[in-house]
This record gives sequence, structure tokens and C-alpha cells, in this order.
Amino acid sequence: MQSLLSLSKWQVFAWLIGACLSAPLAFLIFESLQGDSDVFTHLWDTVLWDYIYNTLVLIAGVLLLSCLIALPLGWLTAYCQFPGKKYFEWALMLPLAMPTYIIAYVYTDLFDYAGPVQIALREWFGWQSPDDYWFFDIRTLGGAIVMIALVLYPYLYLIFKTALREQSFKLLQASQLMGMSPLQSFFKVSLPLARGAIVAALALISMETMADFATVHYFAVSTLTTAVYDTWLGYYSLTAAAKISGIMLLFLFVAITLEKISRKNTTVHERQSAVNDTHLYVLSGKYAWFASIYCIVVLFFAFALPVGVLVSYSIDYFDQAWNSEFFLYAWQSLKISLWVSVIAIALSIIVLFYQRIGEQKSKALPGRVSSTGYALPGTVLAIAVLLPLTLLDTKLNEWLEGTTFEPGLLFSGTIFAMVFAYVVRFYAIAQGAVEASYVRISPSLDMASQSMGKNFAQMLTSVHIPLLRGGILTAGLLVFIECMKELPAALLLRPFNFETLATHVFQYVSDEQLELASISALFIVLVGLVPLYFVNRSMEQHNS
Amino acid sequence: MSSLSLKNLSYQYDGQKVIENLDLEVAENEIVCLLGASGCGKTTTLKAVAGLLTPQQGQIVIHGKTMSDNTQFTAPQHRNIGMMFQDYALFPHLTVAQNIAFGLSKFNKADKQERVNEMLELVHLSEFSERYPHELSGGQQQRVAIARALAYKPNLLLLDEPFSNIDAQVRFQLINDIRQIIKDQKVSAIFVSHSKEEAFAFADKLAVMHQGKIAQLGDAKTLFEQPACKEVAEFLGQGIYIPAQAEDKCDFTTSFGRVTSTKVCENAQGAGKIYIRPAHIQLENGETNDVEILQSRFIGTEFIYQIKVADQAIEVPVESEHALNINEPVTFKIKPHAVNFFS
Repeated sequence: MQSLLSLSKWQVFAWLIGACLSAPLAFLIFESLQGDSDVFTHLWDTVLWDYIYNTLVLIAGVLLLSCLIALPLGWLTAYCQFPGKKYFEWALMLPLAMPTYIIAYVYTDLFDYAGPVQIALREWFGWQSPDDYWFFDIRTLGGAIVMIALVLYPYLYLIFKTALREQSFKLLQASQLMGMSPLQSFFKVSLPLARGAIVAALALISMETMADFATVHYFAVSTLTTAVYDTWLGYYSLTAAAKISGIMLLFLFVAITLEKISRKNTTVHERQSAVNDTHLYVLSGKYAWFASIYCIVVLFFAFALPVGVLVSYSIDYFDQAWNSEFFLYAWQSLKISLWVSVIAIALSIIVLFYQRIGEQKSKALPGRVSSTGYALPGTVLAIAVLLPLTLLDTKLNEWLEGTTFEPGLLFSGTIFAMVFAYVVRFYAIAQGAVEASYVRISPSLDMASQSMGKNFAQMLTSVHIPLLRGGILTAGLLVFIECMKELPAALLLRPFNFETLATHVFQYVSDEQLELASISALFIVLVGLVPLYFVNRSMEQHNS
Repeated sequence: MSSLSLKNLSYQYDGQKVIENLDLEVAENEIVCLLGASGCGKTTTLKAVAGLLTPQQGQIVIHGKTMSDNTQFTAPQHRNIGMMFQDYALFPHLTVAQNIAFGLSKFNKADKQERVNEMLELVHLSEFSERYPHELSGGQQQRVAIARALAYKPNLLLLDEPFSNIDAQVRFQLINDIRQIIKDQKVSAIFVSHSKEEAFAFADKLAVMHQGKIAQLGDAKTLFEQPACKEVAEFLGQGIYIPAQAEDKCDFTTSFGRVTSTKVCENAQGAGKIYIRPAHIQLENGETNDVEILQSRFIGTEFIYQIKVADQAIEVPVESEHALNINEPVTFKIKPHAVNFFS
């Protein structure tokens, strides 16, 4: 009886967490299906279709360009030996650490009319005015596609490379012995076998592209993300913003479903595990050169050049950029990231603990519903979080009417909203990392602990948590870094006069003065590099 | 014209000689087994023939055409070689029929279909043509692999330990089936194995490899009865060395009495050792105690005695009706046989 009672207590906790973390999405879906909104009707009649078109073109363009960049890179690094390959293999992941708004700013600065490239061209050819020559405009939909693809291609590169590695070399050798050239073997064997992985990676990229706010906003390209932002900050219409978010949810649903289906297909096909100790093709002469140069060019444009520019800004503007603002915002970012990490980990431990000890069939459900926030783009998440919180504030104020206490926007107008939104968004990361450790704890330890008279709480604190240390640390680190980088939700939810490093940098990007926040920007890039180190290490372990 | 000729072939990896000055000839319609312990260079030799690695030295000629020597190298896709891999390497995304058709890109559609059907019939898998590899049993997958490797009429078939994943109960039936298929298709084959039982059952000739070289080439019986060196003798069957003095080319004196050879030992001269296999040993209760019985176990038709003799251990079978009384002295006798003498 005692154990039953305490079990139901954990059950209540777990379901409560599930309910809280999934509430924003539920409210959003409900609100987006609600009656009419003038603002939405107006948008629908005027510009919304353009926004949808722009969003779709943006996604299609990013996917296409990512394929062009990442597929050859994946093939080269998975199968070929060429000079510098050992270094390129991990260096090609680095652009993932680069926020798109920073790379967008750097390239705008370089390629603008007043930028060094056009100045040099004008001097070289003696042109006097813009009428004398044609030069591409980077602040367009096409420019946004290039910027976003340069930062997101590593997803496809990593997933595709891993998929190729998992294919047995023998399949390609068999194909070659049956008369196919390496290129034919690639198209007839490697590519079809990796199709599931490619679709999964493209689904991920399209979700990230949809979530990107900073680049399109900076380039003044209107997409659904910017529409959500503008509708809320311009018209203060939560309903209209929720409705636009609803459209994005539909797109997301398609992407997630595609990802799920392709994952399922992948497991059927790639059951064999391959141990490939050597390289399949050793490139020499012009092919080796071509491979190395290709990697260098991609790395240069996606990482080295923007970082180089940031470093040079930091040196040139050190006095202005190394100031109290940097320290204040870094401290605020740090604080909020730390809170979110601790809360997300604590919640995930409770949910996973119930999942482990629970006896009901539905015991995995709280974990699943709690993780739904991860797929939401930052702007959509912000709207989704505001819906229940403003309701809460309204109700609270109504209830306290007549008393001396006036809470105001206690939930939606304070740092609470930000922390809540971050927890909703990054909870899934914490749960994933902790769960990876949890499954390695043998169930017999639970039985041993119970047979020695420990109750559930004692089992959790004295057996599970010490064993989960590794997973908890990883979870903390990953959540922390994501929080440091998060931009759109912070822009919409931050309290008045509150800045994080990311919003601070973005502010300066919007004001065309990134130089003055270059140290903050460099700091964000450096923080973003940390998880890549872990990805690389785990891949190396996987390979060995 | 031989199907395959390897001359002076050498390959090094990381400064280590994996195969060294290797020579081998495979006649038409002949199945040769490269037999040896792991690391002896047999799979490397197979890969060199396939063109999957480039030997540093030597010549590879297939059907009179030089594929690789010091001046030229033909890529694997231009060698017209069929290969059957240890794990079969069937394409998981293609059906059985598509797997078999994979190498038939030069055929037109009708010919391709006809050839696929022909191969499916040959391996008795016609009703499985639309299945995917993971829907087949191990034995069926193996038959798809052989059909695929033979479909495009290769000049030479290479088999890399193809039977190692097959259950022991059905292995020899499959070995017979596949051997018959290869013989029917009139193709020469090289087969790599570390199991002498598989090699004896499958190949026409055995090339026992040791440290990157072919230690001896010949048919199974010759190799077993007349091993050219200790390595071959030991690899082909458990045995012990007994010190012996050659009296002439057929008679030997040992501490266990005289041994008569049923064949002439050309190298018999002076003091040396003779290699004795369990089948040549006779154990019985007698006057003198020559051996120490370490263990005995009953397996139905016979007893297996693990004995220690001349400081070496060996297992010797004795028929149940002649079971030893292990509390009494046991004498060790060597039956007349084709003696292998090593000086």
C-alpha cells in the first residue's frame, strides 16, 4: 500500500510536468483554430500567400544548396583518402556553431556597395557609380538561402557521412566487380541506401530553416517566421500570430512525419553493421587536389572568413566592444541558461523516474508530451508560451482585484516567461541525454535497492542520480549552450530592458554596427563550438 | 591456357609483408582453395586478384590478359570477375531479381530478364525473385550471392570464406550444391577458407598458405598424406612428433619400436622426427606404461583418450569394445602408414 501510494505521487508529478510543458502547444493549436481575427483575415487577403511562398522557396533553396555542398563532402570524407582529410572531417562541422545572423552580417558588410569587395572592383575597373556595373544583392531571398545553407549543411554532411560509413565497403566492392565505376556505384548503391538518412537530415534542415528568424528579418525577406514576429509586435494580435503559427505547425508536421517515416525505413535496410578499417578509394593527382580544395573552399566561406572578420572586428574595436555591456549581458545569459539547465534536468529526472518505476501502459506518455516543444521555432514558441501565461495573468489580476496587491504581468511580462519558454523548448534535449544514461542502469539495481528497504525517493537519490552523473552533465551542457544561443524567443519574451548576449548582438546587427558587439558575437560562436567537440568525440568512439 | 596465373606477387601493408613472391596457376574449370590460418595472406591474395588492392610487385594474368604488373593496373570493374563475399554483400535495397541483374548492365532488357530467370532456376529461388535479402534465410542469401556472381559470366569466380556463416548441419549440403553449380557453369574459382574440412569438400586443389607464401599446392589426399613441410602437416591435422632414426627409406626405429612406412620416404636419412596423427596410434593395455592418460571421455561409439607422450599431448580415439583399463599400464604403438619424416 505504501509503495502504491508513493508510486501514484510520482505519477502525479510526471503528468503535471507533461501537462505544463505541453500546455503552450495545446493552447496554440486551440487558439489557431478559434474564430476570426481581423488582422489574420487582412493578412490572408493581402500578403500571407507571399510569405508562404517565400518560406517554401527559402526551404527548397536551402535544401538544394545543402545537398550540393554536403553530399560530395560526405562521400569524400567517408570513402576517400586525400590530403588533409583527417582535419577536414571534423572541421566541416564547425559552421554549425555560427549563428546565421552573424554570417549574414559579415557577408552583407563584405559585398555591400560600400563593402571592400565592391570598392576593390570599382578601383580595379574604374567604375564610378552603381549604374556602371551589375553586382548581386545579398540582402534578398537568394542571399538568405546561401547564408542559411552555409550554416545548416553540416547536419546533412554529418548524417550522410555516418550513413555511408555504416554501409559495408563490400557492397561497393561487389558493385565495382560487377562492372560499375565508383561514380556509378555511388548512384546505384550508396545513395539509395542512404536515402532514409538523407530525408531525415533534410527534414531537420527544413525545420531549422523555418525556425530561422534573424537572417530573414535582417535581409527584410518576409517569411512566416517574421510574420509571426511582426504580427505580435506590430499589431499586438496574439490570435493572428497564433493562426500564422498554426500554418507553420502544419509544415512542421509534414517535416517530422517525413523524418519519422524515413527513420523507420532506414532501420529495415541498414541492419548490417560494417567494420571498414581502410579507405575505399585513395585519391591521387588532380582528384586529390580537387577534393582538398573543395573542402577548403566550403570551410573558408562557411567558417574561416566570418570568424576571421569577427576576430578582426574584435581587435580593431576592442575598446568599444570590451565593455561593461558585454559582461552584464554575458552574466544575464549565463544566469538564465543555468536556471533553465537545472530546471530541465530536474524535470526530466522526475519524468524518466516515473517512466522507469511506473506500471501503467501510459507511463511513457508524460515524457513524450513534454518533449513536443523542441520542434517549435522560437517565434512560434514565444507566441505559444504567451497564450497560457497572459490568461494566467488576467485570471490572477481578476482574482486579486480589490486587494492591495497588484501583480501586473507577473508571468508573461517577467523573466518567468523566458525561462518557461526555454524549458519547454530544451526539455527534450535534457531528457534525451539523461535517458541515454538511464537505460544503462540495470533494472536489477532497482530490485536490489528495494529489497534492502529503500523507498522510491531513496532509490532515486542514492542509486540512480549518482549513476546518472554523466548523462546529467551532458544534458546540462547541451541545454546551457542552446540557451546561450537562442534568439527569437528571447526577442519576443524578454522583459523590458533585459538583454541576453544573443539579443544584444542581434540589436547591433540590426543597427549595422556588429563591430561594436564583435566580442559578444565571437563568444557565442565559441560557446557553440563546445557541443561539436562532443559530437566529434562520440563519432570517433563510434568509428573505433 | 590457365584461367589465372600469379607470378612473383608481393604486397606490403604498413611496411609488413602480407604476401611475398607468390606464384599460382589455376587451370580452366578448376576450383583452388587458398587454405591457411588467419593472417596468412589468403584474403589479401584474393583482393589482389579482384583488383581491390594494388600489389607492389608481380603479375596477375586472367584468361591470358594481364590485369596487373609493374606498368599497368586494370580497375576491378574491368576485370570481369565474380566475387562471393563472406557476408554475401547483397544489396539490401534491391530485390533478389534486381541483385542478380545488377551486373547485367550490358544486356538488353529481354536478355537480362532471361538470364535472371535462368540463374534463379539454377539456384532454386524462382519463387523468391521479388523478396528482399533480409526476408531470406542464410542459405537462401548465399544462393542469391552465387547466382549474382555467376550471372554475368565472369572469367573467374572468387569466394571469400562463403560458408563460415552457415549452420554446421546444412553446411556440407550447401558446399556440394554450390560446387555443383560452379562446375555446371564451367567457371574457374578461387576459394578462401581456414577450414580444412570445407576445403577438402569443395576444392579440386588446395594451396596451403603460410606467412604470405604458398607452402604446398596439390589435391587433398596428397597434401594430407605427403605434406611438404611441418606447417602443412600441422595445419591439415593434429599430430605429434616422435624422434626417429631412419634405417632405410621405409623403416624407422623409435623408442616405441620399429615403424614401417607404406610409401617410400625420399628424404629419410639419419636422425629426425616422424609426424604421427591420431589415426596412426594404437593404444592397448600391456606390459609397459608408455603414456600418461590425462583425460578420457566416452562419446558413444568410441572413447577419446587425451594422452601425454614424448612431452606432447594428443587426443586418440579407441573403439568402445577395446576400451582401456586406465589403472593398468598402457602401451603406445605406431601402426604401419605412409610415414612423414622431417629431419
